[in-house]
Amino acid sequence: MKSLRLFLQTAVLIALAACGGPGVTDDRSAVLSRAISTDPETLDIHKARSLQALSVLRDIGEGLVSHNANGEMTPGVAESWEMSDDGLSYTFTLRADARWSTGEPVTAGDFVFAVERLKDPATGAFYAQFLSDVTGLEAVDDRTLLIRLAQPTPYLLSLLTHPATFPLHAGSLAANGDRFARPGNLVSNGAYRLVDWVPGSVITLKRNEHYWNNANTAIDEVRHLVLVQESTQLARYRAGEIDITSTVPSENFAQTRKDFGSELRIAPYQNVYYYGYNLRKPPFKDNQKLRQALSMAIDRDVLVDKVLGRGETPAYSWVPTGINGYVPTVFSYAALTQAERKQIARRLYKEAGYTESNPLEVEIRYNSSDTHRAIAVAVQSMWRDALGFDATLVNEEFQVLLANIRAGEVTQVFRSSWVGDYDDAHTFLSVFQSDSAANVPGYSSNEFDKLMMRASKQVDPDLRRAYLEEAERLLLEDHPVILIYFYGSKHLVSPRVEGWGDNLLDYHYSQHLSLKAAN
Amino acid sequence: MLRYALLRLLGAIPTLLLVIVLAFLMVHAAPGGPFDDARSPHPEVLAAIEATYHLDEPVVQQLGRYLGGLLRGDLGPSFRYPDYSVSELIGIGFPASLKLGVLAMSLAILVGVSAGTFAALRQGSMTDRVVMSFSMTGISIPVFVVAPVLVLLFAVKLHWLPAGWSGSAGVAKYIVPVVTLALPQIAYIARLTRASMIEVLSRDFIRTARAQGLGTRAIIRIHALKPAMLPVLSYMGPAIAAILTGSVVVEQVFGIPGLGASFVNGALNRDYTLVLGIVIFYAALIIALNLVVDLLYGVIDPQVRQR
Repeated sequence: MKSLRLFLQTAVLIALAACGGPGVTDDRSAVLSRAISTDPETLDIHKARSLQALSVLRDIGEGLVSHNANGEMTPGVAESWEMSDDGLSYTFTLRADARWSTGEPVTAGDFVFAVERLKDPATGAFYAQFLSDVTGLEAVDDRTLLIRLAQPTPYLLSLLTHPATFPLHAGSLAANGDRFARPGNLVSNGAYRLVDWVPGSVITLKRNEHYWNNANTAIDEVRHLVLVQESTQLARYRAGEIDITSTVPSENFAQTRKDFGSELRIAPYQNVYYYGYNLRKPPFKDNQKLRQALSMAIDRDVLVDKVLGRGETPAYSWVPTGINGYVPTVFSYAALTQAERKQIARRLYKEAGYTESNPLEVEIRYNSSDTHRAIAVAVQSMWRDALGFDATLVNEEFQVLLANIRAGEVTQVFRSSWVGDYDDAHTFLSVFQSDSAANVPGYSSNEFDKLMMRASKQVDPDLRRAYLEEAERLLLEDHPVILIYFYGSKHLVSPRVEGWGDNLLDYHYSQHLSLKAAN
Repeated sequence: MLRYALLRLLGAIPTLLLVIVLAFLMVHAAPGGPFDDARSPHPEVLAAIEATYHLDEPVVQQLGRYLGGLLRGDLGPSFRYPDYSVSELIGIGFPASLKLGVLAMSLAILVGVSAGTFAALRQGSMTDRVVMSFSMTGISIPVFVVAPVLVLLFAVKLHWLPAGWSGSAGVAKYIVPVVTLALPQIAYIARLTRASMIEVLSRDFIRTARAQGLGTRAIIRIHALKPAMLPVLSYMGPAIAAILTGSVVVEQVFGIPGLGASFVNGALNRDYTLVLGIVIFYAALIIALNLVVDLLYGVIDPQVRQR
């Protein structure tokens, strides 16, 4: 009896001990709480690869160029720059008052140091190829940075907004080695500095008093809360515990829309959902007619309006509308009705050698998720209806699907998507260059590569755009993938948050936001 | 007793080794690697990353390297979180899971034993039936249903408690997750206690005690509770396992940075070392807990001690 009593007493004691941690103040009136859907893998600018890590890095760091709330480019650490006439070199003048979170000035040398680390394969940077056109980087003096290019790279400025091209504080790297990106060690140059990071829970940022534009930063503290489940994000938003969600659950979307009205922000997003063909193997290898037939048989309006209905738009081009200085080329048949498209699809299907008695046998592979399944089922029935064959649906865990796509052995039709890395058509079109690591269908066209090369060498923006548009036209005619839809970005944004701007990039720097005083 | 404990500990070593080797091979056999991503790095970069983590070596060699590290107490670096070692991540995640588990277990024992005893004393009455049907419901409703309902009610509608963990202060954030996790255990323990208490209360020594004029309260406290606790005690092993696995769901739903959540994310990300580290940690923990329960058994039941 005594032992049981002792046990219970101990249990109660432990329980009390567990509860009474040091009290955290819960005054959220001056704190912005925003959700991210996974933990950043790291806040090392070069090893970071997830969109979530990049979005936190945009709060704590800054490149030569940055963005305003609407996603338009603005000067960052550089106050001005000049391009040479041949487009092969840029000279950046850094702000005299650009500062690290330690108060030390940000110098041209910090950028040179960072880019050298980025490009060194031993660093293991996922974006190591990002500045492959940069042949030389020179710190002329502390405030002057010269960048030399192998070919005109008109999207260089856009690249320089990306966290992979931010400067690095060499001193903290030397002092802390592999642990330089941890809270307490990380030195950064953005509007905020890293205060704490509990993996799987929350990243806490506080105002960087030394930031050059600190006077215009409104919010003192920002918490990025790691909330993996969409439904958890919604529940916490409903309970008033977070100000911004990173997405909105697909389930009951209509109800959410009704409940929140203008708090629900839906905007076009530079992210395309597509089905890739495995071009290395039959039946899709060297079979343009079959590829086009399958693509034309799909009614994208039905998918977008009936199956999804959550801010998506049908994709008739590879590059999304709204990309800086570019008008996407669309399918030649975009203007036809679906009935007309179906007729052409049937003819092409027959010409490719398939009939009702000799139907196509094909598998659609997608990663397990309700949305992907719904799309696959709809596509399957559209193909059955238009062309009379039954595709087999195969769902796989995401990592398994990725491995299969990469191996290219068992895949035939596979689900994939592409998010742009910078605001230029190049981030989309370069995917299909023969040597691109992102070219998962295995598309290879000399003509396409040549057009991309010509565009790269072109300084004149109009001529360059013409080459890119021609490249896209060629790509669409070849049908290496089935374009399905462009995603919409979806956020719930509390009415107390001001300064929010919807944009195609879906970048929302905390420094541009402010909080209305509670009434 | 000490000799017995030592023997048991020695006997656990082959079990643990087997768990490690099997887990290592299974994790490596899963298709897809930790650095497969929607956007793949340049082959040269990928090769450099794989060399850093020795993924370019044959699996047997990797296993040998891993076991060597284990002997030095090193669980290796996390593949997903380059800034953290696996030991650090377990060190961060385990306290949260432990608090959650200990609180849920204490709540389950307190409420479960009381409710079970209460029902046993009024066997067949209305109260008994109500308590038992409540506990049946508690066993049947899965955690992933209970959790959102409690959140909807107490956080979203009533605003009494926070809807989630991260960024919330104080004690209140524990309540919903702990109740969610404890509920099925309360139910199970209540049923176990009731059955065992009824059985004990019909024994001869209880009748003797009654005949000697002892009151019900004293009989329960002095004579009945201890023997009636034996089945509950043997249930502790499975209960701890159930709370550990249940915490995987609860941690996901409430966004609690515990080991369960790390384990699921680690498996999805193919973070080999993190998954292995947690498996080994849990295996060692369960082996140790089983030993403790066996020793406790000896304390409570002299018959076991004499074996």
